[in-house]
Amino acid sequence: MSANPNAPAVELVDLKVGFGKVEVVDGVDLRLERGQAMALIGESGSGKSVTLRAILRLFPEGRSRTRGKIAVAGRDVLALSKRELADFRGHVAAMIFQEPLLAFDPVYTVGRQITEAIRRHEKIDAAGARQRALALFERVRIPSPERRLDAYPHEMSGGMRQRAMIALALACRPQVLLADEPTTALDATVQIQILLLLRELQRDLGLSIILVTHDLGAAVEVADRISVMYAGRIVETGTAHQVVLDPHHPYTIGLLRSRAEGALAKEVDGKRARLQTIPGSPPDLANRPAGCPFAPRCFLAIDKCRETPPSVEVGGGHLAACWRTEEASAAYRAGPQPVRAEAAA
Amino acid sequence: MSVIVQPADLAIAALRDRGGPAQPLLSVSGLVKHFPVRKGVGGKKSVVRAVDGVDFQALKGETLGIVGESGCGKSTTAKLLMGLIERDQGEMLFDGEAVGSRAMPWRTYRRQVQMVFQDSYASLNPRMTVEASIAFGPTVNGVGSREAIERARGLLARVGLEPKRFAGRYPHELSGGQRQRVNIARALALEPRLILLDEAVSALDKSVEAQVLNLLLDLKAEFGLTYLFISHDLNVVRFICDRVMVMYLGRVAELGPSDTVLAEPAHPYTQALLASMPSLDPDNRTQAALLTGDPPNPIDPPDGCRFHPRCRLAEPVCSQATPPLAPIAPLHQAACLARQPGSGHSLAPAAEQVAA
Repeated sequence: MSANPNAPAVELVDLKVGFGKVEVVDGVDLRLERGQAMALIGESGSGKSVTLRAILRLFPEGRSRTRGKIAVAGRDVLALSKRELADFRGHVAAMIFQEPLLAFDPVYTVGRQITEAIRRHEKIDAAGARQRALALFERVRIPSPERRLDAYPHEMSGGMRQRAMIALALACRPQVLLADEPTTALDATVQIQILLLLRELQRDLGLSIILVTHDLGAAVEVADRISVMYAGRIVETGTAHQVVLDPHHPYTIGLLRSRAEGALAKEVDGKRARLQTIPGSPPDLANRPAGCPFAPRCFLAIDKCRETPPSVEVGGGHLAACWRTEEASAAYRAGPQPVRAEAAA
Repeated sequence: MSVIVQPADLAIAALRDRGGPAQPLLSVSGLVKHFPVRKGVGGKKSVVRAVDGVDFQALKGETLGIVGESGCGKSTTAKLLMGLIERDQGEMLFDGEAVGSRAMPWRTYRRQVQMVFQDSYASLNPRMTVEASIAFGPTVNGVGSREAIERARGLLARVGLEPKRFAGRYPHELSGGQRQRVNIARALALEPRLILLDEAVSALDKSVEAQVLNLLLDLKAEFGLTYLFISHDLNVVRFICDRVMVMYLGRVAELGPSDTVLAEPAHPYTQALLASMPSLDPDNRTQAALLTGDPPNPIDPPDGCRFHPRCRLAEPVCSQATPPLAPIAPLHQAACLARQPGSGHSLAPAAEQVAA
């Protein structure tokens, strides 16, 4: 069924997505190998969700422009016809949304929505599809699954709805799972359960996962690789280990330093230590500064930063788009408050 | 404070700091709020026990954190303290005076207690410029309009928004972080002594959150404020709070200095909360979740200790006896039978072994 079994799960080459005059995603290159989990992190407006949605071609054609190359499991997504696209969505790549209450149809039971998806893609009778849905509910560990299949979305709790959403995404055995902030709306105690479930699914089903999140902690829990986005570009990519413990881009460093758990020294001269922050705010995407978009806020910016920086390889598969990766890395290592994880309770 | 004293302010000034620094600023005992609900049309009546007997004190000049899962009653507590909803039972003392009494009527109390909400957009009037929003409170409380605008501009500058650029803007013309700064400025406009921050930084991006947290620290030092900081992010709470109160299903589970509570939690629920924080260390990822399932519903909470159905230390006694919030160390209280001598729990006497 697969076009090319050796092709990477997802490959984006110079992806650009624009709405009106604004180029929200501005040249993203990304490669996700099969069975890998990647986290795409960034702040609001960085283009991370848009990148993810572009992979399923979720944007209306008239009001958006998508250029570049999107290949999922060897298929050229931008070349798919309408009918092929409908087969592709859910069957090859499926998506989990942030707010399952909005993503589910409120007037049908959850079970019916899952069986509908299965029967759209496969020749199977209603009883067989329900059996599959039940197995999926057990897979994502929904308690009393038989009864929950007949529940409406509003009758479930937030964590359970997100599990049902994952079951729906897995209904047609996709190879690629795209998760758009799946745990942002959940309590921390439920979030960790969902993150562990995603990791387990990746391992057991050989899924390739792209997780979009603004939470570095959630990214580290799930992802093998982390890509950091800023103003529509990927500024740093590498293994979770490389990006979190040995960052080479000033923006990544700023993100790590601004986290509250980084402030270890609580009292300095009787005064509470302050958090290190990134000055300013993200650029207006309609008037993007020339060159590196992070330069106006960067503590290492020099004149050369007005030219677009290349992605420099700083070590086995670890890329950073910066002219001054060496200095950035040195500054991080010399930093007064290196971020280390704290021992779990 | 630098603002010129108006006749209306003199009344407030007279109320400033009565009992001295040792007197708790806010003292709450036996706070109860139940919401009646009906399941379905004509269904059976039941009660949501949102806040069910909460006692705590906010000391002068401290930041007290309140943490817990959704449905634990932390936001309801804040609304009760603000008087946005009426309490069923319980007593609130503000600087030694009962709130609602003749010495401390609600109107006087509310001037000294302000609140910042999570949704920065919904809490601002979309038809008012930010300057007008900030000046509104002082105007209502008898400050002349020109002077109120003056004060609003000063506060805008203080929270890092240049008055020239921002004073005339409407809420939709600001980013989330800027709007939250406006909300903070508005909360400061009446020169309050206590500010309730209900998930005030939760909706912000991490780098903006850090800026706002720094601002809160600065303002607290400058104006001598006391904060009640409600959050679900334990890392932020650890950073900003002096003491922390952990709530579970409408009750206080643990209360103590944040360094102690978040480093050596005494209550199994606090331990589980801490264990569910993502680790941020790729070599040492979380292996198992200590808590399974969702936070329970505050309708019909379990008997005895409310946490016992999810607790790994639960014993039969936990479903019968309700643990009181009792001291386990100086300044540190926990409502867990396993930590209380003579409670009948097998781990009870050797309290130190539990944390290991």
